[in-house]
Parts: sequence; C-alpha cells; structure tokens
Amino acid sequence: MQPDKAITTHASRQLPGDLAMWLFIGAELTAFALLFMVYASSRALHPEVFAQGQSQLNSQIGLLNTMALLSSSYFVVNAVASVKAARRHWAIGHLLVAISFGLAYVVLKSIEYYQSFSAGYGLTTNVFYQYYFLLTGFHYLHVILGLILLTWVTLKVAANDYTVGNTSGLESVASYWHMVDVLWLVLFPLVYLLH
Amino acid sequence: MKFSSQAVAKPYFIAAIGLFTLQIVFGLTLGLQYVLGDFLFPEIPFNVARMVHTNLLIIWVLFGFMGASYYLVPEESDVELYSPKLALWLFWIFLSASVLTVIGYLAVPYATLAEITGNDILPTMGREFLEQPTLTKIGIVVVVLGFLFNLGMTILKGRKTVITMVLMIGLVGLAVMFLFSFYNPENLVLDKIFWWWVVHLWVEGVWELILGAIMAFVLIKITGIDREVIEKWLYMIIAMALITGILGTGHHYFWIGTPDYWQVLGSIFSALEPIPFFMMTLFAFSMINKRRRDHPNKVAALWAMGTGVMAFLGAGVWGFMHTLAPVNYYTHGTQITAAHGHMAFYGAYAMIVMTMISYAMPNMRGRVANSAKAQSWEVWGFWLMTISMVLITLFLTAAGVLQVWLQRYTDMPQSFMVVQDQLAIFYWLRFAAGVGFLAGVGTYIASFFIKGEAVGLANAAR
Repeated sequence: MQPDKAITTHASRQLPGDLAMWLFIGAELTAFALLFMVYASSRALHPEVFAQGQSQLNSQIGLLNTMALLSSSYFVVNAVASVKAARRHWAIGHLLVAISFGLAYVVLKSIEYYQSFSAGYGLTTNVFYQYYFLLTGFHYLHVILGLILLTWVTLKVAANDYTVGNTSGLESVASYWHMVDVLWLVLFPLVYLLH
Repeated sequence: MKFSSQAVAKPYFIAAIGLFTLQIVFGLTLGLQYVLGDFLFPEIPFNVARMVHTNLLIIWVLFGFMGASYYLVPEESDVELYSPKLALWLFWIFLSASVLTVIGYLAVPYATLAEITGNDILPTMGREFLEQPTLTKIGIVVVVLGFLFNLGMTILKGRKTVITMVLMIGLVGLAVMFLFSFYNPENLVLDKIFWWWVVHLWVEGVWELILGAIMAFVLIKITGIDREVIEKWLYMIIAMALITGILGTGHHYFWIGTPDYWQVLGSIFSALEPIPFFMMTLFAFSMINKRRRDHPNKVAALWAMGTGVMAFLGAGVWGFMHTLAPVNYYTHGTQITAAHGHMAFYGAYAMIVMTMISYAMPNMRGRVANSAKAQSWEVWGFWLMTISMVLITLFLTAAGVLQVWLQRYTDMPQSFMVVQDQLAIFYWLRFAAGVGFLAGVGTYIASFFIKGEAVGLANAAR
C-alpha cells in the first residue's frame, strides 16, 4: 500500500491533469448549469406539462444508467491508480471495463430514445420534451466523446506512453469522464425523479 | 523578414489599407444619409452606400488575412513561399474583381448588375453581405483556392507548427463556409439558416481561429515567450471559440421560422461566446507582461493588446447585451445591433489585421521597427480610431436604446421613420465621431511616410 499512499499525498497537492482540461470542464459545467436553470424555470412555468412528461420516462433505465456511469468512473479511478503504481496491465483491464460500462449507458439510452421516438415523442412535442431531449441529448454526446477519449488513452496506456509521474494526459481524460458522470448525477434526479 | 517571398504580403496590406479608407469614406456618407436622407441621392442611394460599406469591410479584411498568411506561413514553416508569382497573380485578380464589383454597385442599378453578370443562371445575389455578383463570388472561390494551395504546399514542404495548423483550419473553414453563399433555396427560412452559415460561422467561428493564429504569431515575435506556452493558450482559445460559436449560431435562429428550442440553445451558447474573447485579452496582456525581450516595435504590442480589449468589448460585451432571446425580442435589428457590429468588427478583425501590418510592414521595409516618430504617429492613429469607435458605439447604443423604447417597448409604439427622426441627435454625434475615425485613418496612413531613424538590425541587437 506504500505507493498508493504516496500518490494520495501527491494528488492532494496538485491539480490532476492539465489546467487546460479544467478550463474546458469549467466551460462545460457552465453550459450545463445554464441548461439546468432554463429547465428548472421552464418547469416552474409549465408544471402540468412537465409532470405529465416526466411520468412517461423510464426511470428503471435511468437508474441502470446511473449505476453504469458510477461504476465506469470507479474503474477509471482504479486505472489511473494502476498506471501510477506502474501496473500497466491492470490499468488496461480497468479501462476496458470502464469503457464497457460507458457503452452500456449508450446502448440503454439509445433504447430509451428509441422507445420515446416510437411512442411519437420528439424535440417539438412540447416544452418538456424539448428540454428532455436537449439536456439528455447533450449529455449523450458528451458520453460518446468521453468514450472516444477513454479509448484513446487506453491505446496510449497499451503503448506505454504514460509512466509514473507522467500521467497528466490520462488524468485529464479521467477528470473529463468524472465530469460526465457528475452531470448525469444532477440530470437524473432533475429530469427523472423530481416530481 | 526571414524569407524574401514573405514580401508578397506587402501589396495585400497596401490594398487592405486602401480599401479600408474607402470603407470609412462610405461609412461617413451613410452616417450623413441617416440625417440628411437625400444626401448624394440619386447618385449613391443609402442601400448602395451601405452595400459598398459592408462589402468593402469583408474584402479588405480578406486582403489583410491573405497578406498576414503570406507573411506568417513561410516564417513559421521555415521555407520560402511555394509560389510568390501565384500569390501576386491572385492579388491582381482579387483586386481587379473587387474594384470592378464596387464600380458595378455604383455605376448601374443593382438589378441591371444582376442581369449582366448572369445571376439568372445561378442566382446568388440580393442577400445582405453576400450581394456580390455570382461572377465575383466564383472569382473569390478561385482566388481562395489558389491561396490555400499556395499555403498548403508551403506548409507541406516545411515545418508544421500549431500556429500554421490553426491558421489553415481557419482559412479552409472560411473557404468551405463561403460555399454556402451559392446555396440559395426558395424557402426563406432555409435561405436564412444557411446564410448564417456564411455570416455567423465566419465571424464567430473560423475567423476567430485566424485571429488567434495571427495574434499568437505576433506575440511570439514581440515577446520572445516560449512557443509551447503560446500554443497552449491558442488551443484553449480556439476550443472555446468553436464550442461556443458553432451552437451560438442559434442566436440568429430566434425569429426566422425555426423551432423554439433555438431560443434556448442560441441564448446559452452565445452567452458563453465572450469567453474566448476574454481569454484573448488575457492572452495578449499576460504574454506582453511576461515578455522576455523588449522589442523595439512598441506599437505592434499596443495593437495586439488593443485587439484583445476591443474584441472583448465589441464582440463579447456588446454581443452579450442583446443575445439572450427575451432581450433580443425587443432589440433585434435595431441600432444596438449596429453598435455591436461596428465595435466587434473593428476590435476583432480590423485591429488584428493592423496588428499584423504593424509588426510585418517595418520588417518588409528592411527594418526591425519604425522610427520613434513614425511609431508615435501610429500610436496617435491607434487612439484616434479606437476612441472614435468607442464613441460611435456608445452613440449608436444610445440611439438603439431609445429606438427600442419608442418603437417597441412603450404602450404607444411609434413607427420606424417617426422614431428615426427622434434619434437624429445621436446620429449627428455618431457622424462627428466618424469624422474623428477618418482623421485616425489619415494619421495612421501618414505614419507610414514619417521618416526618422528607424531601428535597423544592427541597433536592434544592442
């Protein structure tokens, strides 16, 4: 456990990943915060439309997706720790599991979209669906971007491009992935659960 | 100047300054026509003067971008330009096409111009800013293709840097987006949607990449800061510009017949559009503060900082002022828009071209920097133009606020022309500020002819 402890103290003093990534994350969070606010104020203006729309959502799939993203983030944390402990094969394994959970999210969310579209709901159905599709759609695109980034760092780990003390790129991507996760943790209760 | 072929930038810069001056003259004409409606009528009616004013802006900024690229790319790539001859040929083609087009605007009625240039075969004319005859548009495409080919070949045989890559992405984007000016659907909503793909995705998308690349190049040269630091800034700025700018197009889709959700998307993403401009300001100031050498060309640094500040104010702050859908519902197409347009174009694109000219021109004239006297004239030109532009913007904003109030917000809204009469005082003040701007242009041009002991290679080293 000695190396892990060293990593913890090291990480607590320094920003994980590149400052540029944190700026990017800041901008992303700002955009989402604005979307959440617009969603909330619109909901206050049209409570019936939102209540009716929310009751149609499949919260079981929503819950599964929450678990998928949380698990995925957990494995990304492990992967970063493994690279820092010079356990490359472990890192690759963890990253692959993380990517699989991310893919599971994409598949489940796609099924959910398919169900909504088949039931005749779309971006222009009413004000609730407009925001539902905009918010979750944006998030969905972020998951896909995150998966592309995770795949890219997995290849880089496999090529031994990250060494102990040189993991900034990996940490940047991990931070981004955690952001995607955190956004869903706000989105899920906001859109699915709060009635 | 590292390579002799960089000198092809010179005629481009001279043409840019010439056309810029002409643009200002037409701007003053327009300014008078706001208050003296029949000034120069019927020779140069308002709509024609406006078309010449805006088209000249686009053309001279393009000349500036091309000149800047021809200067920048060989130096960055560390090789001679692929074909200086092609660059000069394209210069003369572009200049004659531009001049002929402006003459066409002034000499014959627009409908006649459309007829004689074959607009029936491929109709592309009649849309704001894209009024150029189809033939001119084809000419622009040919010139830009040749230009991109020339630069591309230069970069391919030389060093590839982040700056040239960003510049090329910006320039290729400029070319690709312009192709939408040939798409002219019958459906007015579609027409407007794609019209903005040229207009908005130029100025709030790919042009910002060009701006960033030129700024980064000049800052490396005058501050001596490490390329790695500058490149990281550049990456962040262009990422922000594209993230906010592409979806920010939505702020033009509020009231043109597109679905409601554009009001949300457009408001949110364009509200973030000031970020890249703010970063540009921080970039210029922090690099110059941390400079590792005192470059004798002080005025180039002034232009670079000025670009950051004025682009942020004009594009960022004045843009944000009326970008949220509930606000824009009242301000759309009023003098508030004109105020924003003036300061944004001057701050971002006029000033970045002048930043580059300020840095490159002395080099092309065989010196590191102009004499102290010439520089002080240029500084005067800078302040006269910049302060005048701030005043123009403030007067137009005042006119706009009053216009929104009288014409749209009160219980008893008045008609457009009745309101215009009541704005006259602001239009007169704006005209006066415009005269100040022209004086600034004159001072700026004069600075090129001021003699004095220039800083040469030998005394710069000391």
